[in-house]
Amino acid sequence: MNAHLQPTGSAYFLTQETQQTERHTLSVLVDNEPGILARVVGLFSARGYNIESLTVSETEHGRRLSRITVVVIATPKTLVQIKLQLERLVPVHRVHDLTAEGNYVERELALIKVKGTGDHRAETLRLAEAFRAHIIDATVESFVFEVTGKPDKIDSFIALMSPLGLVEVVRTGLAAIGRGAEGM
Amino acid sequence: MAEKMTGAEMVIQALADQGVEHIFGYPGGAALPIYDAMFQQDQVQHILVRHEQGATHMAEGYARSTGKPGVVLVTSGPGATNAVTGLTDALMDSIPLVCITAQVPTTLIGTDGFQECDTVGITRSCTKHNYLVKNVNDLPRVLHEAFHIATTGRPGPVVIDIPKDIQFAVGEYYKPEIETLRHASYRPQVDGDLKAIEAAVDLMLKAERPIFYTGGGVINAGPEASENLRELAELTGFPVTSTLMGLGAFPASDPQWMGMLGMHGTYEANMAMHDCDVMINIGARFDDRITGRIDAFSPNSRKIHVDIDPSSINKIIRVDVPIVGDCNRVLEEMIRIWRSKTNQPRTEAIAPWWKQVEKWRAVGSLNFKNSDTVIKPQWAIQRLYEATKKQSKEVYITTEVGQHQMWAAQHFHFDKPNHWMTSGGLGTMGYGLPAAVGVQVAHPDALVIDIAGEASVQMTMQELSTAVQYRLPIKIFILNNERMGMVRQWQDLLHGSRYAHSYSESLPDFVKLAEAYGGKGIRCENPAELDAAIAEMLDYDGPVLFDVIVEKDENCLPMIPSGKPHNEIILPDTANLGSIIDEKGRALV
Repeated sequence: MNAHLQPTGSAYFLTQETQQTERHTLSVLVDNEPGILARVVGLFSARGYNIESLTVSETEHGRRLSRITVVVIATPKTLVQIKLQLERLVPVHRVHDLTAEGNYVERELALIKVKGTGDHRAETLRLAEAFRAHIIDATVESFVFEVTGKPDKIDSFIALMSPLGLVEVVRTGLAAIGRGAEGM
Repeated sequence: MAEKMTGAEMVIQALADQGVEHIFGYPGGAALPIYDAMFQQDQVQHILVRHEQGATHMAEGYARSTGKPGVVLVTSGPGATNAVTGLTDALMDSIPLVCITAQVPTTLIGTDGFQECDTVGITRSCTKHNYLVKNVNDLPRVLHEAFHIATTGRPGPVVIDIPKDIQFAVGEYYKPEIETLRHASYRPQVDGDLKAIEAAVDLMLKAERPIFYTGGGVINAGPEASENLRELAELTGFPVTSTLMGLGAFPASDPQWMGMLGMHGTYEANMAMHDCDVMINIGARFDDRITGRIDAFSPNSRKIHVDIDPSSINKIIRVDVPIVGDCNRVLEEMIRIWRSKTNQPRTEAIAPWWKQVEKWRAVGSLNFKNSDTVIKPQWAIQRLYEATKKQSKEVYITTEVGQHQMWAAQHFHFDKPNHWMTSGGLGTMGYGLPAAVGVQVAHPDALVIDIAGEASVQMTMQELSTAVQYRLPIKIFILNNERMGMVRQWQDLLHGSRYAHSYSESLPDFVKLAEAYGGKGIRCENPAELDAAIAEMLDYDGPVLFDVIVEKDENCLPMIPSGKPHNEIILPDTANLGSIIDEKGRALV
C-alpha cells in the first residue's frame, strides 16, 4: 500500500499520484545540539508542511542523541519530501516513517483538571476508573487526572469530562516506537 | 599535535590548514581579534570589500571559477545580516562557502547588545548548516567540519558565528582527521545505485528520441564530470541541452549542443524536451524556469534523474529512474555499462530524431533584427564574444540578473566548465560585479567580464572600488537600456504595458563614475564604433566600466510564458506580447 514511499534506491517505483492527505508519524533521531528543534520546526514552516504533534527529548544522554516524534498530515508525495528534507539536515541521523513502515505503537500522556462536587464528582471518578486514569492531585472540589493512551482515547476522555466540569488540559504529544526487537 | 592559541589564531590557522589563500571580508568591533591575528601572518590574504554582500558574491565567484570553497569574514549584527543575500544565493546555486561571522561576547548574547543579532537564527534557513561556538575548544573541530560540510555532498554555504570572548580565549588547536567529523549524521551518498544505473542505460539503449538535460551538478562534480559528459554524449550520439547553471559543462561548439533550455532557452532544446522519449537529467533539479507547466512537461518521456541530493528527486517532476549520487561517479558508471553493451552510438536509430531537431534548429529562435543606427543588446554580446575569442587569455564571464543575463546565456558560448558565473536560483541583481572581482582574485591573469545591466550593476557598484584597490582589471560591460528590461518585458506581457517603476531615471554618468573610482570609463552608442570600443576595453590594463547604450525596448526571446508548456514557446517574430498570457498565468512568477 505504501509502495510509493520507498526511498530512491530502486528504479520503477511510480504509482498513481494522489492528492489525498494521510496522517503519518515520523520518528527522527538527531544530535541534541543547540538549535536542533528550531532547525526541524523551521524546515516545516519554511516549506509549508503542517505539524500535528511534536514531541522531543534527549533519549541517549551519553551520545547526546534526541528522539523527535512528529505527526504530519500530507499527501504521499509531500511525505516523501518531508522525510528527505529532514534527512538533509546535518544533525539528523535517521528518519523513520513509522506509519509507512506499519508496525509500531504510540502513546500520549495528558493531565486533565476537572472541577465538580456531588453527583458530577462521583461520575467523574467512575469514568476515570474506566479509562484507567490516575488521580495525581485532588482537592474537595477538583481532581487532576493522568491519562495515558492513544490520542483518540485521550480525546474521548476529554470529551466525557467536558460536561462534568473540565477546567484545563495539557498533553505531551505523541511518543511512538517500532514493535519487535529491532531498534532504530 | 595540539598547540595552545587563541580562538582568533585558530581561525587563521584553520584557514591556512585548509589551503585557503584568499578571504573576502569587512572588519568591525566584534571581529577585531580575528583581524588582529590576520595582521600578524601572511598565509591568508584578505580582500577588503565595500559591503558584506559584495564579499559573499566575490566568494561565490571565487568558488565557482576554482572549485574551491569561498571564504567570507564579517562582523556581528549588520555585517552578518548584509551577508544573508549572498548566503541564500549560494544555497540556491549549491556554491561552497564558509562564512565566519563575529558575534558579541557570550555574556552579551540575548541582551540586545550593540551590533548584536541572532545570526544563527537568521541564517538557519539560508545555509546548509551553521554553528554558534560557545567554547573555544570546540572551535578547531567546527572550523574544519564547516569546510567538510560546505564542500561535500551537495555543496552550500556554512556559517560559523564566533563570539568575541571566544576569539580571545585560549584553547588547544588541532586539525581533526576527516573521518572523525560528523560521520554519524552526515554521510552524503556519492556512488549511484548500480541497478538503477543499469536500468538507466537500458532505457538509453532503447531510446529513439533521447535528450541529455544537464545542470550545475555536473559543474559541481568537477572538471572530470564535464569530460565524462562529453564522452557519454559522444558514445551515445544523443543531443545535449543544459540549464543556465550548467553552461560550459558541454562545449557550445559541439554539433550535439542544442543551446540552453527553459524559459529563455532555444526552440530546439525546449521542443526536444517536450517531445523526447527518454530524458536523462544529470545534475539539474527541474526548476520552474525549466519545466514550465508541470502537468504538460515532457508528457511522453521516461525520465532518468541523477542528483546528489535525494530530496531533489521526485520533488517537482516524478521520474522513472532515480539515481542518487555524484554526477561524475554516475557518468563514469554509465560510460562503463554502455561500453559493455555496445560500441556503437545509436546514430541510425535516432537519425529521424536528429532530423526533427535540425528542423527546429532551422527556426533560428535566437535570431533578432539587427540595426545600423542603434546597438542591439544581443549583437553587442555577439561582438564581445567574437572579440574575446581572439584573446590568448582564459575568459570568465559573470552576469547580473535580467535580460542581459539571458542574452549572455544565449549569445556568449562556453566550451569549458567553471567559466560562467551567474545567479541562477535566487536571481540576485548585483551579483555580477563582485563575482567578477572574486574570479579575478583567483585568476589574476585571466580576462574577467561582468555582462551587466545598468539597473543591476548599481546594486553593488561600490565594489568597483575594491577592484581598483587590488588592481583587479575586471571589465564591466553594461547593456544600458535605461530600463529594468525584464521587468518592463513582463509588464508588457502581463500588465498592459503599464511601466510601474521599471525605468532608470537619474542614471549616473558611468564614464565619470568609473573615473571617480579610479577606473576607466568608455561609452558607445554607435554600432559602427562598437568593435573598436570593445577592443579599447580589452586592451586597457585595469578595471573598465563600459557603458553600451542599447535599444531600449528589445524583448528577450524566445520565451516560454508562465503557465505554458514548452511547445507554446514565444518566438522572436511574435508581434503582440500582451495577448499571450491568460488570467491564470498572470498569477505565476
